Amino acid sequence: MSDMRRSFLKLVGSVATLAAAGVAGLLRSAETWADWNKAGFESKVLAEALKNIGAASPAESKDIVITAPDIAENGAVVPVAVTSRIPNTQQISIISEKNPFPLAAVFEIANGGEGYVSTRIKMGQTSDIWAVVKAGGKYFSARKEVKITVGGCG
Amino acid sequence: MSEPMKIRATQQGDAADVRILMLHPMETGQRRDAKGEIVPLHFIQSVMITHNGRTVLDAQWSQAVSRNPFLGLRIKGTKPGDKISVTWVDNKGDKRTDDATVAAS
Repeated sequence: MSDMRRSFLKLVGSVATLAAAGVAGLLRSAETWADWNKAGFESKVLAEALKNIGAASPAESKDIVITAPDIAENGAVVPVAVTSRIPNTQQISIISEKNPFPLAAVFEIANGGEGYVSTRIKMGQTSDIWAVVKAGGKYFSARKEVKITVGGCG
Repeated sequence: MSEPMKIRATQQGDAADVRILMLHPMETGQRRDAKGEIVPLHFIQSVMITHNGRTVLDAQWSQAVSRNPFLGLRIKGTKPGDKISVTWVDNKGDKRTDDATVAAS
């Protein structure tokens, strides 16, 4: 009997430890992670999305290069890379203008991260892709049209 | 539980080229399953990448990032053997961390 009791107590103890570790993990992440930009990601048109990332009227820049195909066969997987040659690039955002929710991603760069990100996004239809770069507290942008043969938002 | 990420970090000059492949459905909340029912929104919202414990990239994503997300970045001032750690959190609170070391090119 006492053996059973001991193992039961041990089990309760380890569950409590796990739960405490889980809570500590969550608390830590809340402190260090950037807040998910709900307003930005729920924006339905480009102007609103730009405003909600703080970049209402970004200046066009030739120092931002968007690498994406001219024509994408499959809108579900469109490779997009953004290179910013603007000094002190702090943030890169990727926006697909005609998606139901245009803002696709925001990347905060720090501690030696270069002004370069590469990912793959879904595009509902042919649209401009915008790259918005924050550097030295100012916003800059570039855009590139990608033609979509089959949409990828369904 | 989620599947491990594939992380490749290679030293190139004084920087590391890092490529990450995460395994996640990235559901848009607009797709219907075989029974015609909407598949609920399920996507990675945040990704954090650290180099020897210091955050180098903190990403916020929408459901528009493709299924099984790919992320490529470059980190300056790395050396072979340095530790790269990647953590993602999705909109249901699921979380996963995987590590890699920078390989000499």
